Amino acid sequence: MMIYFKNALTRKNLMALTGLFLSFFLIIHLLGNLQLLLPEKEAQLQYNLYSHFLSGNIVIKLVSYVLYACILLHTLDAIYLGIKSKKANGPKLSRDRRSRASTWQSRNMMFLGIIIFLFLVIHFKDFWYHYKFGELPHDENGNKDLYTLVVNAFDSIWYVILYSVSFLALGFHLLHGVASAHRSLGVYHPFYSKLIRILGYLFSILITLGYLIIPIIIYIKH
Amino acid sequence: MKIYLKIWRQKDNHSKGCFKDYTVDDVNKDMSFLEMLDTLNLKLVKQGERPVEFDHDCREGICGQCGVMINGIAHGPLKNTTTCQLHMRSFKDGDTIYVEPFKAAAFPIVRDLKINRSALDRIITSGGFVAVDTGQAPEANSIPITYQEAESAFDSAACIGCGACVASCKNSSAALFTGAKITHLELLPQGQKETHVRVTEMVEQMEKEGFGHCSNTEACQVECPENISVLNIARMNYEYNKSKLLVKK
Amino acid sequence: MNTPFLDTKIPEGPLEKKWSNYKRNAKLVSPNNRKKLEIIVVGTGLSGASAAASLAEMGYQVKSFCFQDTPRRAHSVAAQGGVNAAKNYKNDGDSVYRMFYDTLKGGDFRSREANTYRLAECSASLIDQAIAQGVPFAREYGGYLRNRSFGGVQVSRTFYARGQTGQQLLLGAYQSLMRQVKAEKVKLYARHEMLDLVLIDNKAKGIIARNLDTGEIERHGAHAVVLATGGFGKIYYLSTLAMGCNASAIWRAHKKGAFMANPSWTQIHPTSLPQSGPYQSKLTLMSESLRNDGRIWVPKDKNETRKPNDIPEEERDYYLERKYPSFGNLAPRDIASRAAKEQIDAGKGVGALKNAVYLDFSRALKEYGKDIIKERYGNLFDMYRKITGINAYDEPMKISPAAHFSMGGLWVDYELMTSINGLFAIGEANFSDHGANRLGANSLLQACVDGYFILPYTLANYLAGEIKVPKTNIQDKEFDIAEENCKKQLESFLTTKGEKTAEEFHKELGKELYDKCGLSRSKQGLEQAIENIQKLRKEFKTNLMVPGDAAEVNSELEKAGRVADYMEVAELMCIDALQREESCGAHFRQEYQTEDGEAKRDDEHFSYSAAWEWTANPSEPKLNKEPLIFEFVKPTIRSYK
Repeated sequence: MMIYFKNALTRKNLMALTGLFLSFFLIIHLLGNLQLLLPEKEAQLQYNLYSHFLSGNIVIKLVSYVLYACILLHTLDAIYLGIKSKKANGPKLSRDRRSRASTWQSRNMMFLGIIIFLFLVIHFKDFWYHYKFGELPHDENGNKDLYTLVVNAFDSIWYVILYSVSFLALGFHLLHGVASAHRSLGVYHPFYSKLIRILGYLFSILITLGYLIIPIIIYIKH
Repeated sequence: MKIYLKIWRQKDNHSKGCFKDYTVDDVNKDMSFLEMLDTLNLKLVKQGERPVEFDHDCREGICGQCGVMINGIAHGPLKNTTTCQLHMRSFKDGDTIYVEPFKAAAFPIVRDLKINRSALDRIITSGGFVAVDTGQAPEANSIPITYQEAESAFDSAACIGCGACVASCKNSSAALFTGAKITHLELLPQGQKETHVRVTEMVEQMEKEGFGHCSNTEACQVECPENISVLNIARMNYEYNKSKLLVKK
Repeated sequence: MNTPFLDTKIPEGPLEKKWSNYKRNAKLVSPNNRKKLEIIVVGTGLSGASAAASLAEMGYQVKSFCFQDTPRRAHSVAAQGGVNAAKNYKNDGDSVYRMFYDTLKGGDFRSREANTYRLAECSASLIDQAIAQGVPFAREYGGYLRNRSFGGVQVSRTFYARGQTGQQLLLGAYQSLMRQVKAEKVKLYARHEMLDLVLIDNKAKGIIARNLDTGEIERHGAHAVVLATGGFGKIYYLSTLAMGCNASAIWRAHKKGAFMANPSWTQIHPTSLPQSGPYQSKLTLMSESLRNDGRIWVPKDKNETRKPNDIPEEERDYYLERKYPSFGNLAPRDIASRAAKEQIDAGKGVGALKNAVYLDFSRALKEYGKDIIKERYGNLFDMYRKITGINAYDEPMKISPAAHFSMGGLWVDYELMTSINGLFAIGEANFSDHGANRLGANSLLQACVDGYFILPYTLANYLAGEIKVPKTNIQDKEFDIAEENCKKQLESFLTTKGEKTAEEFHKELGKELYDKCGLSRSKQGLEQAIENIQKLRKEFKTNLMVPGDAAEVNSELEKAGRVADYMEVAELMCIDALQREESCGAHFRQEYQTEDGEAKRDDEHFSYSAAWEWTANPSEPKLNKEPLIFEFVKPTIRSYK
């Protein structure tokens, strides 16, 4: 049993599964967030209702625990594997041009991951924490007015830039991560492997664009 | 051609190493990289110095013994080529070339550019074989294997065990080496029988030897002299998961 | 007729019954006794690895040695073309007898009938064994094994795995060996070089080995010693062999009393890449299989300066097709090499140094298309491009002959035991099956058959008498003496402090040997070579330069030891070539040729194997003759016209 946890291959499986779940979550989250782009009045009510629905539903609540677990496991795994890699590398190369053989993002998943993680900390603190534990005014339907909190936050250009950079980091992380996760889980057929890579690219680009336009449009609109 | 060299010199695994500068004047573009090192060594010995120790044997790209980092790339600038098959026409007059050993914790340095790759042997020892004793074999044609099966098994079997995949990997993972052997034997009916034992043992041995994990950067395939596909790694993952999840012990 | 030393131990009975008769009568060692018996196997190529694995599977305790950093790198790995077996899958009239006859004829009737027959007889089982190990041999679309033809035969009996047959067979054997390492039946000593053989009461009982990583001198004892150390073609310096291939193990065994047989018979391979300059360290072999589709030619005019593709058809001389119409480009190696040398010597060589001939694929490319050619020889074409920078799909390859395989080696009897009790030699290290010339794709076969199917029986026959003998005591005074001598020799290399490196000596020796004891030999040349070698050997003793010391990694010291042995082997080769006043197979004496320049054998006087005995003076070895008795086949003139 111990070896199961110590084993890099199973660790990578866990990494892949949690990563894929998080990727799936990104779709749902994006669909929800796109409501922010509806005409203002409609957006406010709709978005607040949606948030209320999410926070009240027991199933969603369970899913959200899975989500937190995934983020945690994905991060812990990354740290574990990072340390392992460092150990395995032994003495450093004095001149290193190995990078010519691989893509930039595939070599910098850790770095990208750190950006995403830091972003998550800020993101959670500013919205999730506020919504859950902070005092928020209510909209006319009596739901907590998360919409206004969000829209006001993106008044600041710095905040928009912070988000944009984080989304780009996320995009590159996905560009490698989605296809790589399938490999780690064992998709070895050349055709499907290629297909997944192409779909993975498409997915990453669409998700990134989707997330990117939201703060930018809100900023421009206001 | 005149070539400037910065070569890693290290007495043994316990001492500290460093780069030393050398110049080789009479380099011919048709020389192989190793012949260029021979030329340098001849010069060094004549000067009463210790020649540079490096691994090499067949010098035709098949034994897998040679292998150094040349300008920070395993086996040098040509893709899918061993160090011995690299020729000086890949360099320009006046170039400075950095030469270092393959570096990985699982490959201790023996001296200078010579390393100990017995960790790879131990991975094979753990399960990289078909358990057949001499004399037990049935008639060869009694196990038909289609042309495609044989060809893809060969693609995986072509590994020469040089360790460039490990050296090229940012995590020093031996996944390509191990995956190739697992896939080779899995693709043939003779080897299939033992796949689940083989894959578990080999993956665990890889772990014990202190190799890193695979993060699918695919650098290994680019530098692999035999261009072994990274899909062999996916196959290993698949077989491993299958044996852990589906196979009854 | 045989001297007692040269008892060949060929079993009674008709040719096809000899091996089964032997097996029927051979003594056995019972399974519970096997684990008490230790065997040392030096070398982990096809013969060494297969023998060590097979013996360990049977239950013996095996110690396996190799100088490479892992057993998988032994030079069997470099064999490209294939392995022969009389399976007759092609229904083209092949049989054990025909394979035996082809091999015997290919060797110019200078090998033992019984041994050669056994080689053919066991060939089919080898393919079965390799398949079971997972060797990915080429297949037909329906799933059955595919064959191709090779030099010197008129049937398709060669099994192959792309251009890497040796590598794949070796990996099979290596994996079996490693399986026994896991089972703790084999103890592996990689990066160890054998320095001496230890005899106790005239039986081989152990070796002295040097750990190449630490410089430590070690003693290893056993009940029997097996040498599977390959060939010594590297003696020519420029050869197709790996840099580390050497004669040291067999030569040091020779100095302890094992006879060397026919040492001068070296196969010069016709399709290697030509030398490009004085810095060259080795010549790369291009598989003979290329001659299946490639056509060899030189320009008719020796002052030709045009590029090969610009030379019109009628100004090319396809000399092999012209001289040997029935075998054409697939003439046996010795003949193809000599024919190439003839053209090169006549000034028709091509390339900058005028030392090569063209190997042209344009017709095959036209006939089959690039894809088929790529599938058949893709890796060879890639290799050619990597080495020369030339794309052989567009322009003919340039090839030239290079030293390749030692038909000679330690003299062994039918049981593969040398003239020392308990010392066996298998694979290329012995002299047995190929006569004066080896057919293509027979070397992998011999190595495997010796290791998998012969030695396990014959060694048991010997060990049956050793069951009661306790483990060898490595504190015995014989070990003391041997170790002392090894240390002294290493010390002497280091303290000579001369001006020439071992490699420089090696190059000089190689050139001398290639010129005078290579493709063609003459009395005058050989005598001169002997004189020169003696001089060079003397100089080696006083003018050698080896840096560093013995208690560390020191590849210069390793080389010095090997070259020191070559210096003596080379002289024996010349002496051997000189006494054989005939031409046969790879041994071509200029004085003994037919009117049209073919080898002229003298069966009346030279139908024997020359087994040389060490006399402490390398210049005066003692000749023992093992007569070759042809009971079943009548030697004929070997013609491939």
